[in-house]
Amino acid sequence: MSGFNSIFFSSAVTIFAFLFGCAVQRRFKSPLLNPMIFAIFISIGAISFLKIDYAEYAKDTTAVSFLLTPATVCLALPLYEQFELLKKNWLPVLAAIISGVLANGIFIFCAALLFKLGRYDYVSLLPKSITTPIGIALSSQLSACVPLTVAGICVTGITGNMFGKEFCKLCGINNPIAKGVAMGTASHVIGTSKAMEMGEVEGAFSSLSLIVTGIISVGAINLFAKLV
Amino acid sequence: MKFLKQFALILAVCFAGEFLHELLPLPVPAGIYGVGILFLCLEFKVVKVSAIKETAKFLIEIMPVLFIPPAVGLIEVWGTLEAKWHLYFAAAFLSTFFVMFISGRTAQYLADKADGGKDNERL
Repeated sequence: MSGFNSIFFSSAVTIFAFLFGCAVQRRFKSPLLNPMIFAIFISIGAISFLKIDYAEYAKDTTAVSFLLTPATVCLALPLYEQFELLKKNWLPVLAAIISGVLANGIFIFCAALLFKLGRYDYVSLLPKSITTPIGIALSSQLSACVPLTVAGICVTGITGNMFGKEFCKLCGINNPIAKGVAMGTASHVIGTSKAMEMGEVEGAFSSLSLIVTGIISVGAINLFAKLV
Repeated sequence: MKFLKQFALILAVCFAGEFLHELLPLPVPAGIYGVGILFLCLEFKVVKVSAIKETAKFLIEIMPVLFIPPAVGLIEVWGTLEAKWHLYFAAAFLSTFFVMFISGRTAQYLADKADGGKDNERL
């Protein structure tokens, strides 16, 4: 250990920053104050202020981040618990998720062409509609820029959370199943927390959809990545 | 001891996922194989829900914390992203609406057709 380069210090800062973000969100209840984003900024502030090298910080927080794969695996539990919903409504749910996953890939592909983004940027943005653990796994597997993927995932989630309800209304999406699937497919967990406020059916289908979207995206994103 | 057993079981599933990831030539992350393995184990009653439940809920609950270290990496790559950040933002922002529209309309069309336009209680 030298100065603040410590497993305990880096891990504690990260966790405290998150807990602080949670407290702030409980107080102000705004989706913009997402605890995770809050914590990212606090941690960035802390390591730049204390001049901790990012590589050092990343190494020191492996004590925390090694749990990412186990936590991802645990998504099997909610999937199992909601599998009945999927079985009963497999056609609308799967068709909507597959079309959503394709829509995401096509949109990002077109945006990359239009904005003249390189392959690295394009591949980093592809997994931005899916749940963060799967997004991170895909991004690193495609040797893309993981921080950019996470940033894209945050923007997507908050956008869906803030505007999803009104946008569904505007588009005439009023069936509760359709609303839930749309929220979960487009804006993963952060959108799902909004869907849960919209109603029980919306919440259940949104959380089911975000997991299925993540799984289906593994195949789809690998294909889209080959386009460039 | 219960938590330790549950955690060990989850780690074993992760390892099995890692093993499949090494073994099979598919570009599927180890964690996704793990989801598949654990799901099948639950579905076919090889693993009971009670054998993982509390630890699984805990890990899912703390998941956002686990994304912080990779995201803090922004600090390292910001120099290369700075010039185009508004384009990344626009792509992520606008695509959200496009995806929501396509998937929502698809689900709406098929769900309405399935129950002849009636309200549904299918939970």
